[in-house]
Amino acid sequence: MAQRTLQDKLAILSDAAKYDASCASSGTTRRDSRSGGIGSAGGTGICHAYTPDGRCISLLKILMTNFCIYDCAYCINRVSSNVERARFSPEEVVRLTLEFYRRNMIEGLFLSSGIIRSPDQTMGDMVRIARMLRIEHGFKGYIHLKTIPDASPDLVAQAGLFADRLSVNVELPQDASLRHLAPEKRPETIRATMADVRLGREAAKDRSHTGKRPPRFAPAGQSTQMIVGADQATDVDILNTSANLYSGYQLKRVYYSAFSPIPDASAMLPLIKPPLMREHRLYQADWLMRFYGFDATEIGSAHPSGNLDLDIDPKLAWALANRAQFPVDVARAPREMLLRVPGFGTKTVGRILTARRNGVLRYADLLRMGAIMSKAQPFVTLPDWTPGALTDSAGLRARFAPPPEQLSLF
Amino acid sequence: MIRITLPRFGRFDAWRHAARDLASGRVPMEDVTWADPDTPPDLFGADPAPPPGDHPVVATQEFLQLARQVAGHSDPERWSLLYGALMRAQGDRRFLSNPADPMLDRLSRMAKSVRRDIHKMHAFVRFHELPPDGPRRAFGAWFEPEHPILEIGTPFFAKRFADMDWLIATPEGTARFDGDAIAYDDPAPRPDLPDDASHGLWQTYFANIFNPARIKTNAMRSEMPKKYWKNLPETRLIPDMLADAPRRVQAMRDAGASDAPAFAPKITARLRQQPDDSIPDTLEQAASQAARCTRCELCHAATQTVWGQGDPTAPLMLVGEAPGDQEDLAGLPFVGPAGQLLHRTMAEAGLAPDRAWLTNAVKHFRFTPRGKRRLHQTPDRDHVDQCRWWLDLERRMVAPRLTVALGATAAFALTGNRKPLTPRRGLVEPARDGGPVLITWHPSLILRLPPDRAPAALSELRADLAQAVRMVA
Repeated sequence: MAQRTLQDKLAILSDAAKYDASCASSGTTRRDSRSGGIGSAGGTGICHAYTPDGRCISLLKILMTNFCIYDCAYCINRVSSNVERARFSPEEVVRLTLEFYRRNMIEGLFLSSGIIRSPDQTMGDMVRIARMLRIEHGFKGYIHLKTIPDASPDLVAQAGLFADRLSVNVELPQDASLRHLAPEKRPETIRATMADVRLGREAAKDRSHTGKRPPRFAPAGQSTQMIVGADQATDVDILNTSANLYSGYQLKRVYYSAFSPIPDASAMLPLIKPPLMREHRLYQADWLMRFYGFDATEIGSAHPSGNLDLDIDPKLAWALANRAQFPVDVARAPREMLLRVPGFGTKTVGRILTARRNGVLRYADLLRMGAIMSKAQPFVTLPDWTPGALTDSAGLRARFAPPPEQLSLF
Repeated sequence: MIRITLPRFGRFDAWRHAARDLASGRVPMEDVTWADPDTPPDLFGADPAPPPGDHPVVATQEFLQLARQVAGHSDPERWSLLYGALMRAQGDRRFLSNPADPMLDRLSRMAKSVRRDIHKMHAFVRFHELPPDGPRRAFGAWFEPEHPILEIGTPFFAKRFADMDWLIATPEGTARFDGDAIAYDDPAPRPDLPDDASHGLWQTYFANIFNPARIKTNAMRSEMPKKYWKNLPETRLIPDMLADAPRRVQAMRDAGASDAPAFAPKITARLRQQPDDSIPDTLEQAASQAARCTRCELCHAATQTVWGQGDPTAPLMLVGEAPGDQEDLAGLPFVGPAGQLLHRTMAEAGLAPDRAWLTNAVKHFRFTPRGKRRLHQTPDRDHVDQCRWWLDLERRMVAPRLTVALGATAAFALTGNRKPLTPRRGLVEPARDGGPVLITWHPSLILRLPPDRAPAALSELRADLAQAVRMVA
């Protein structure tokens, strides 16, 4: 095989990395290069570019190598795929990261890898790259390392010292589908790795008896990803799994990735059109669980199938299914109830709570403060607005749902 | 009419000084015009600023922060608006904390637009490497923001790229950094930026990280508005990427599933050795089988199987209910609050932890998620029945002379008797598989009891453990 150029390798190993949705670069410790080194981090993340698939580019997201000994049916890099293979040397990854960084193209590096030889070997190489960036080059930017499940806890502990974020993908919402589609992976060891990361983060927060703070461990927390649409799990199943993961491992995010056809597909999975709307609704539902006080079954039970309504957003769907709780008096309702009004976001609710201490709130005030009144109308009462029979009207859903389309034959 | 001309740079501080002086004389906002260096002179001439008056002028931190952002807006009326807000705040400061106030709303919207523009500047400036002028590497960029934000937008780059020289040129002016402070200069024509090989690599990355099977151009355009495209090298590729996407997706469909390369089955066969599921002979074998246990549904939500721990040859076995949150994370029994209480009480009763085998009746954690916490749930009868397979194996291999059942679940798992615990506590009952079982409280019960009842229960637990030690002595 001819020697591949850096450009060839970059093409192969970024193509191989695109199925990982996470690109967050926020929420880590504040630091910058005025005291030496290069780079800065902390505060909100920055998305430096967007591709036409609607995903942002914040980090250089690449695989160290796409050689892999595992055979996960949904993955383009599985051992049984005929995809072109390549491998970066650690120096090449470091060089690409720093040169892109200096040109202000990225916030840092998101490094993942196929599993070569053994999980420990792979994880060890990834930790080495992170160490080179941090120690040899004084890199203060963001580093996200994908933790290889089954790697030894020692290596995970080292990774946490150099990385801002660690992540392990649960891959599929149900254990049975993972065992079926990714037989080399084991759900219990994936979860055990997440538990290790959580315990590592907690241990790094405790001061020793001398008051000394231990070194920071993955200060931007951990996240995970689930593929949506590759198995039979319903949205309630998916959201329940997310709720378990958030509560168990203090995850910052669960990413949902619509199962997308890959070149060189496995016969085990259909080449479907990626369910992008379903993915979008799941993200909305996830937000409702984390910031609006909803729980998974509540959101999921709005529809008897256990799946989210694709035509209207999950908060609206919940409100339509629970109309007895509406309309809400904006002047008096507690925060928890205001958060449940469709068209009111967390910021709007914050503004309402502040503003109603200053005086009477009218329709136009809410409009100005960012409320989407076209959605909120049937669910609120104001001094100059009452929904009357609208709240309970039979045609309410039709007001919001897009007009029905004739099914395409093709 | 009073005319205040603000300089090109250091504008906000100049406005602040002028506004403070004017407000101290309570000059109404209608009497002042604010000008930039490029504003043509007034047709009818203008009055100079009057000397400061003697009214006190106050501004909150929040107002100054808001004003600093609004000052970066391109709207020529911004200075006047800010001065109006400052004057109004002298009489009634409350409007500044009322989101429903129209004036605050307008200023907040302007500030938001400026913040967004600054954010986009931090995102979309693209440096090209320039020939160095010394030991430090040098980079330059041309950027066209929507608002005059050069001064508030560039300190970010000085913090981030402290070890390199850089130049950011905009239609508003240029910012130059060489390691000390940022120097701002009048606008210059767009500089010629040399070709940079890393930009080619960047385009390679951009084209390959794109997934042609998911097209969401609206999401892209709303976050990367077209007005910024002309200075972003990668956006040139977008039309071709979009045009080619349907063909690539169709090609994937047409190609369908592929045949695995010849070496793949060998690797897979080596990795996928069937685990040994014959009846285990040793505790280690049992533990590794239990780690894969799917006998009940608890394994789906719990992290891992929590196997017993301690001395496998001990004469004494302690059985609790099920692992809790901490045990589930650590994979070890009795490490949470109840476990720590048990260890303390064992020490007081003269029982060293390594002189017993500690385990649970159910080996997976059962919980309901509540936000960021997991609330413990008592396992059902079915969980106990399924998990008894492992408990029985453990009992056969450890072969204790006495088993202590901590709490009702353990008592049921060991004896099959579900009657209330209070009359049975402190007594010895026969286990289902023979052998004596001493029944006592679970330490977590003691943690849940009200303070007036907990000490009594704790001393009963301690006494029972001491009795267990005597019984196996």
